[in-house]
Amino acid sequence: MTMPSREATEPLGTARRAAAISRPGARYLSIGAAIAVALVLPSVATNFVIFQLTLVMVYGLAILGLNLLTGFNGQFSLGHSAFYGIGAYTTAILMDKIDLAYYWTLPCSGAVCFLVGVVFGLPALRLQGLYLALASFALAAALPQILKFQPLEPLTGGVQGIVLIKPDAPAGLPLNPDQWLYYFTLAVLLVMLAGAANLVNSRTGRALMAIRDHPIAAAAMGINTALYKTLTFGLSALYTGIAGTLGAIAVQFVAPDSFTFFLSISFLVGLVIGGVASIPGCLVGGLFVLYVPNLAERVSTGLAGAIYGCIMLLVIFVMPSGAAGLVRFARAFATARPAR
Amino acid sequence: MELLLQQVLAGLANGAIYALMALAVVMIYQAIDHLNFAQGEMATFSTFIAWQVIAWGQPYWLAFAIAVTVSFLGGIVIDRILFRPIHNAPILGQLVAFIALFSILNSVDGEIWNFTIKTFPTPFGREPLFGLRLISTHEAGMIGVTAVILGLLYLFFRGSRLGLAMRAAAANPDSARLVGIRVGWMIALGWGMSAAIGAVGGMLIAPVVFLEPNMMLGVLLYGFTGAVLGGLSSPGGAVAGGFAVGVIENLAGTFIPYFGRDLKLTIALVLITAVLLVRPSGVFGRTVVSRV
Amino acid sequence: MEQNRRQLLIAIGLGGTALLIPGGARAEKKYDVGASDTEIKIGNTGPYSGPASSYSTIWKCEAAFFRMINAQGGINGRKINFLSYDDAYSPPKTVEQVRKLVESDEVLFLFNTAGTPTNTAIHKYMNAKKVPHLLLATGATKWGDPEHFPWTIGFQPNYQSEGQIYASYILEKHPGGKIGVLYQNDDYGKDYVKGLKDGLGAKAKSMIVMEAPYETTDPTVDSQMVNLKSSGADIFYNVTISKFAAQVIRKAAEIGWKPVHILNNVATSVGITLKPAGLENSKGILSTFWYKDPTDPTWKDDAGYKQWLAFMDKDYPEGDKTDNINAYAYCAAQTLVQVLKQCGDDLTRANLMKQVANLHDLELPMLLPGIKVNTSPTNFYPIKQMQMARFDGERWVLFGPVITGEVSG
Repeated sequence: MTMPSREATEPLGTARRAAAISRPGARYLSIGAAIAVALVLPSVATNFVIFQLTLVMVYGLAILGLNLLTGFNGQFSLGHSAFYGIGAYTTAILMDKIDLAYYWTLPCSGAVCFLVGVVFGLPALRLQGLYLALASFALAAALPQILKFQPLEPLTGGVQGIVLIKPDAPAGLPLNPDQWLYYFTLAVLLVMLAGAANLVNSRTGRALMAIRDHPIAAAAMGINTALYKTLTFGLSALYTGIAGTLGAIAVQFVAPDSFTFFLSISFLVGLVIGGVASIPGCLVGGLFVLYVPNLAERVSTGLAGAIYGCIMLLVIFVMPSGAAGLVRFARAFATARPAR
Repeated sequence: MELLLQQVLAGLANGAIYALMALAVVMIYQAIDHLNFAQGEMATFSTFIAWQVIAWGQPYWLAFAIAVTVSFLGGIVIDRILFRPIHNAPILGQLVAFIALFSILNSVDGEIWNFTIKTFPTPFGREPLFGLRLISTHEAGMIGVTAVILGLLYLFFRGSRLGLAMRAAAANPDSARLVGIRVGWMIALGWGMSAAIGAVGGMLIAPVVFLEPNMMLGVLLYGFTGAVLGGLSSPGGAVAGGFAVGVIENLAGTFIPYFGRDLKLTIALVLITAVLLVRPSGVFGRTVVSRV
Repeated sequence: MEQNRRQLLIAIGLGGTALLIPGGARAEKKYDVGASDTEIKIGNTGPYSGPASSYSTIWKCEAAFFRMINAQGGINGRKINFLSYDDAYSPPKTVEQVRKLVESDEVLFLFNTAGTPTNTAIHKYMNAKKVPHLLLATGATKWGDPEHFPWTIGFQPNYQSEGQIYASYILEKHPGGKIGVLYQNDDYGKDYVKGLKDGLGAKAKSMIVMEAPYETTDPTVDSQMVNLKSSGADIFYNVTISKFAAQVIRKAAEIGWKPVHILNNVATSVGITLKPAGLENSKGILSTFWYKDPTDPTWKDDAGYKQWLAFMDKDYPEGDKTDNINAYAYCAAQTLVQVLKQCGDDLTRANLMKQVANLHDLELPMLLPGIKVNTSPTNFYPIKQMQMARFDGERWVLFGPVITGEVSG
């Protein structure tokens, strides 16, 4: 099985043309507007909605991690719930056992996840497509059991999990914990988004995509595929791990069964709905994964799953390349005309 | 020694379940190059249909036949209606379609037939085989049926024109079209056969694990593992993989000290991943050599 | 004359004042958010999807019960609005749904929320927000801690107490036995095992020869059963939920293993567990009960059972009458209704907690005779009593005294 090559690069090509035609100013304007809206939201929204939006950002970040690996580098992973869980547990253990401040746990869990990602990525070099999917899936399926392992219980809390305390806003700021965490998450998200965008638009990013589209040609061009693929695995794990950290603080609780392979499947769904190989698409994916199940449940508690599935199918039918694909298509359509 | 034998046999009995699922998974994979996440749910749905027919008072073999037929047709319908339109979509998009199907079927099962476990009859009886308490007749029957289905598939693919046409369509769709094979219908046929095999699997598994909407959750996990271990290009390999997974897991849980009991699943997965690293296309899989 | 007029004036004055005082003897109506003259909003979360979805009948049954109460006029004239959301047994989802219930839907309190890790996730939150967290649908021991968590109260006899009862039984009847344990590898399973071990005390190490865990994603537990049999255990402590319990009972018979079989209370339903397992195979199994099993012919003419049956027939016909968990739901719902009735017109959260800690010898139609609901400001374990029973191939036969579980907190 080959990764999306033709289908994914075509829209990118169109996007590049479209971006070249439309002023770069417009893009910065829309980003600025989005950030402005995000900054203002907590003052008008209830705490619950702020909490939900924080989770949307967390899932978006996790999906971004998956996107880096699968969307931009073509390595298929079903195991990202494991990285998310490892990030969450690293934070929980550090906060609970040695009272480390929550912001210091970010780099720690990032480092741990990066290492795990690289360690996993190395042998993963030998595996392609579905075989890699299964290996990563194995990781995701095994994590809950490892977390419940008796001898590790003093560290992980076993099946009881670990309860965390949501941090208060730093002295002086008139924000409640929900609002503070929202802004904190937003800040982290923006930094990570910028980093990802930077990476993707750089030589490294092009190397990654070349590996995705034509690994043999890429190698023939002198790209060290093994190095790039392994490091991408690590980076991807780092992103998702940091998302796990923020998620753990938001929910204030970690337990082994919160990180099953179903979570991996959710990330995958979010990735596709948002648009493979699209950075802003990750947030759309996060929105979808959080809100649509709730929507489905509102329609019918018993058939919530069926309705969720139908909505997913509808999205795939109407926009097979996800939300980002739709935007590209619309933009290309709108900007193509003057060229005639 | 007796413990070893018992665990191996128990592993083979479980493995038969995984093997049937793995076989269905590989069948679809051969046709469409995708893993069907919804395989388990389709099998569960088929089994529920059979259960309903039996609950309405009909004999077992009639219910069996109806379920298999309905599944076969259902598989074709799903392909034509659901996957034909999106077969040009990115691979990941199609994967999400499978996940959606999983979600829909699971939810519908629960809504129509609720979540309490139901017994499902077995045509083989549940007596201990040959009087020895090592394995029951039903479990032996499962292994037997798996072997028979595998044999039939082998004959079909190697010995019949239709089988040849299906293999051609999967191997090289463009060339197959040029010789007049209706590739679209070959794929649909692959779906139908896979659904039918899944139905048989479900009806054999249900007597052991009891019928309920989440029956196939764990089984699918192991089924995939078995299929990938055996190699996705080889139905026989998939079956062997399924059996292997069953046995490995049991032996790991029994004989590995300290970790074995609590980390049964983990160890099995680690071992299988290790095997994959040595044979990246599965134990019996063909390494696909692509021309640059 | 002056005297009379003055007296008359005084009388008029007093009378007038009396008319002006608004029914002073009647208590004032006090509401917290979620309660009003016409409505009481109740929140709940539970697994309607995912591997634990077989329990969803509990909340469907309770919803039906509340509908019945509403049809009869509600409680003190107020209708119950029961909002129950799916959390798929996933703690992050529970947190989200509970925050929605408390902050967005603005319920008065939570009732019978399901699961231990899920309730753990919201435990601190509920107490910080001072929202009553009532009658949890889990047997974990930590919910009865009014000193640290005054807003949380459990309901059913906790798993550890049950385990200790079995331990006492084993020490009394089979002091030299060897115990093999099969348990679900999560909080519920481990809680039961802890109860057993605590009850056995010093003898736990010597008596327990094998502990075999399983995951809910395991398709079968045959391998564990084979191991347990070969360990030489002659007492089997079976901590499984109904699907696996049925497999296990059948497998034990298949491999010819006939230990003293102790089954946890969670999986005792004749219709749901024992019948699929095989009634013959289930003969001799021991367990404990605190509510009546609907399939037990003993209760055929019992008034309480008939009341439950009438409710099931009329208001919850799609519910399975052979599933004793619907009796559990009935008891929980009735306990809540009693608490609400006791609140009268004071539907503040504080009063709710006061009343829930104020249940004295409450008898419910489906509780076993001799078992009553009791709470106090220092006792947050509403039901502590259980009675042992043995399955005779047809029904559960109660034996022995009603035992009060020891709380190990």
